[in-house]
Amino acid sequence: MATAFSTAKFSTQPFPLNPTSTTSHDSSIVFARPTSQFLGSTRKFRLTSSSKFNLSRRSKTVVAVSDVVKQKKSKSSPSLLITKEEGLDLYEDMVLGRAFEDMCAQMYYRGKMFGFVHLYNGQEAVSTGFIKLLKQQDSVVSTYRDHVHALSKGVPARAVMSELFGKTTGCCRGQGGSMHMFSREHNLLGGFAFIGEGIPVATGAAFTSKYKREVLKEADCDHVTLAFFGDGTCNNGQFFECLNMAALWKLPIVFVVENNLWAIGMSHLRATSDPHIYKKGPAFGMPGIHVDGMDVLKVREVAKEAIGRARRGEGPTLVECETYRFRGHSLADPDELRDPAEKARYAARDPITALKKYLIENSLASEAELKTIEKKIDEVVEDAVEFADESPVPSRSQLLENVFADPKGFGIGPDGRYRCEDPKFTEGTAHV
Amino acid sequence: MLGVVRQKMLGQSLPKIRPVVSVLRSYSSAAKQMTVRDALNSALDEEMSADPKVFLMGEEVGEYQGAYKISKGLLEKYGPERVRDTPITEAGFAGIGVGAAYYGLKPVVEFMTFNFSMQAIDHIINSAAKSNYMSAGQMSVPIVFRGPNGAAAGVGAQHSQCYAAWYASCPGLKVLTPYSSEDARGLLKAAIRDPDPVVFLENELLYGESFPVSDEVLDSSFCLPIGKAKIERVGRDVTITAFSRMVGHALKAAEILEKDGIDAEVINLRSIRPLDRSTINASVRKTNRLITVEEGFPQHGVGAEICASVVEESFAYLDAPVERIAGADIPMPYAANLERIAVPQVEDIVRAAKRACYRSVPLAAAA
Repeated sequence: MATAFSTAKFSTQPFPLNPTSTTSHDSSIVFARPTSQFLGSTRKFRLTSSSKFNLSRRSKTVVAVSDVVKQKKSKSSPSLLITKEEGLDLYEDMVLGRAFEDMCAQMYYRGKMFGFVHLYNGQEAVSTGFIKLLKQQDSVVSTYRDHVHALSKGVPARAVMSELFGKTTGCCRGQGGSMHMFSREHNLLGGFAFIGEGIPVATGAAFTSKYKREVLKEADCDHVTLAFFGDGTCNNGQFFECLNMAALWKLPIVFVVENNLWAIGMSHLRATSDPHIYKKGPAFGMPGIHVDGMDVLKVREVAKEAIGRARRGEGPTLVECETYRFRGHSLADPDELRDPAEKARYAARDPITALKKYLIENSLASEAELKTIEKKIDEVVEDAVEFADESPVPSRSQLLENVFADPKGFGIGPDGRYRCEDPKFTEGTAHV
Repeated sequence: MLGVVRQKMLGQSLPKIRPVVSVLRSYSSAAKQMTVRDALNSALDEEMSADPKVFLMGEEVGEYQGAYKISKGLLEKYGPERVRDTPITEAGFAGIGVGAAYYGLKPVVEFMTFNFSMQAIDHIINSAAKSNYMSAGQMSVPIVFRGPNGAAAGVGAQHSQCYAAWYASCPGLKVLTPYSSEDARGLLKAAIRDPDPVVFLENELLYGESFPVSDEVLDSSFCLPIGKAKIERVGRDVTITAFSRMVGHALKAAEILEKDGIDAEVINLRSIRPLDRSTINASVRKTNRLITVEEGFPQHGVGAEICASVVEESFAYLDAPVERIAGADIPMPYAANLERIAVPQVEDIVRAAKRACYRSVPLAAAA
């Protein structure tokens, strides 16, 4: 089984099917080469390296980021993947994600947070690697495991923590909760509890971006949408429907699969006929990339290309990030089905420790600087908890608010009369 | 002009809206006839022309000119960007509509019939209806889901269900059920302009029916209020509420009852969510008897809600138990004779009205 995959060229297949533009064909060939080739068996997803050089079959041992980088440095140009500022920025974002989620666990066990809480520990590289490359106007759509996506997109930790506590100062005034984080300002479109539900919504946001450019003639609208979802979602009908439509209409979207190998207690390998999710991209006419999701720098490199592709109008990309969640599916999950050896293996590939090692070994930052960042994040998270604690719960009158955008609901305007009688409501009708 | 006298104009279709308006200007006194199909088409046309953010999406809406020809001519006029033929992906394109609506576009999502909306019901309820609430007002969803609803002729169990009751039970949605061409035009325009998700339930058998329309209705800024029922026929003895195609049956039943000395008041609900409880209750307080008519399944249906509302608010005014007429509590059969008796007929309404009127000594009706 293993050998068949090593020869699979995942991204070059579909382009002959796409007759419309040759330029995209060319640029995506360029795109294909620098990013990782998938090697390995179905049982174990191996570390893949971004290759500017010929790959040899890797051994079974886990290779840390820094080793790969050293190899790269010796064989190719000595340039680093990131600058110091970028490195510190990435580090801070990942530490914020981790510290925040750890605090969520604490707060849940103290009874301050309730309901369903799904933590993101271990997957920070994917969120940071992708979202830190976006502009404010780009959109992110996520699943119920959305706290860290919200934080990476720029929603303040205070707002997220208050929302989790169910206070009125939360980003959704306490009405959404852990699984429904929305922020208009930061273009975070949720937060959906049903798996696969966010994918069509993300496709719609990408559709709007294209519509604005082409129909409404807002020529500079090049907003990109990222849809994050898991391995379990990749068996769901909505996923395939949207891969088809996004490729058909060449929408500016990147489908990011956070393949953490487990859907609650269902192993990805038990649930999927062909566990290589990236292969589903070419079946619909878009590139499918597999990347090591425990390595933020690799994710970032792939993300740059995918987001760039979407921004240039070349269409969607499917990126499969092999990652792992260190905790259970949610805080109510006893997490008994996963093999401790597997957990240990991935814990050794902790993205934060890996980045730390990289920064220090390449003299981009000192221990002291990183420690300062960690301290700062601790303070931010503590402050968020204090703020959330002190915030008021929603008033009872908030119960019936916001059901409709219509201020009084049901077609009745703020002045109490039917909105359809208001000349402003009916104005703007052209003569047909 | 209560729509009581209507004639089916077979084979006569109204020309496109432009010539009609100019014709009207010269013959302003004549009431024009317009089919429901043309009413919907003209409403879509006008709204798309007025606001470039409105776009139509669905199966066969473009090159096929609409599965029921509702979107005829729109593709040529507005182009494939704004009249989008989709693959057969209800869940996908309903969700795409919601995502586009988050960013201020105004999608009109057509389901070939509302039976297919069940494939997309996750998006109608969970992302469209609930988003404004979950995001505390940040994400409003100005989307319209429209399509034919209810029984057609001989299409079998999976193509004949009425979804009014299902969608109307969900907060965050507005559910509209037009009957005449005036309803179709006014309510569709109001729905497209509305900033919230609207489920617009049409009826395939009404598409070809013509109704008289006044100049006011043909004006491009004509809108009907959402949440207001229309009293199609004023009466004194019994109130009959109905929506969509059943309004026609109720009106016919009212004519038959008139010969027997029962003066029925027929209310065209127009809006199932929000239900116009005040109009219904005011009417029941006047007539003291109520019959609800609907095409859908009886349990937990629209009639059940109306009955509960009347019992809660006007119990003392009821002189007879509320009669609920609904479709048979079975999946729709195929055989034509069985199908006919599975859906309410005019005779059922007449019988129910007579039962309601003879249950107690009829009060001398007040003026």
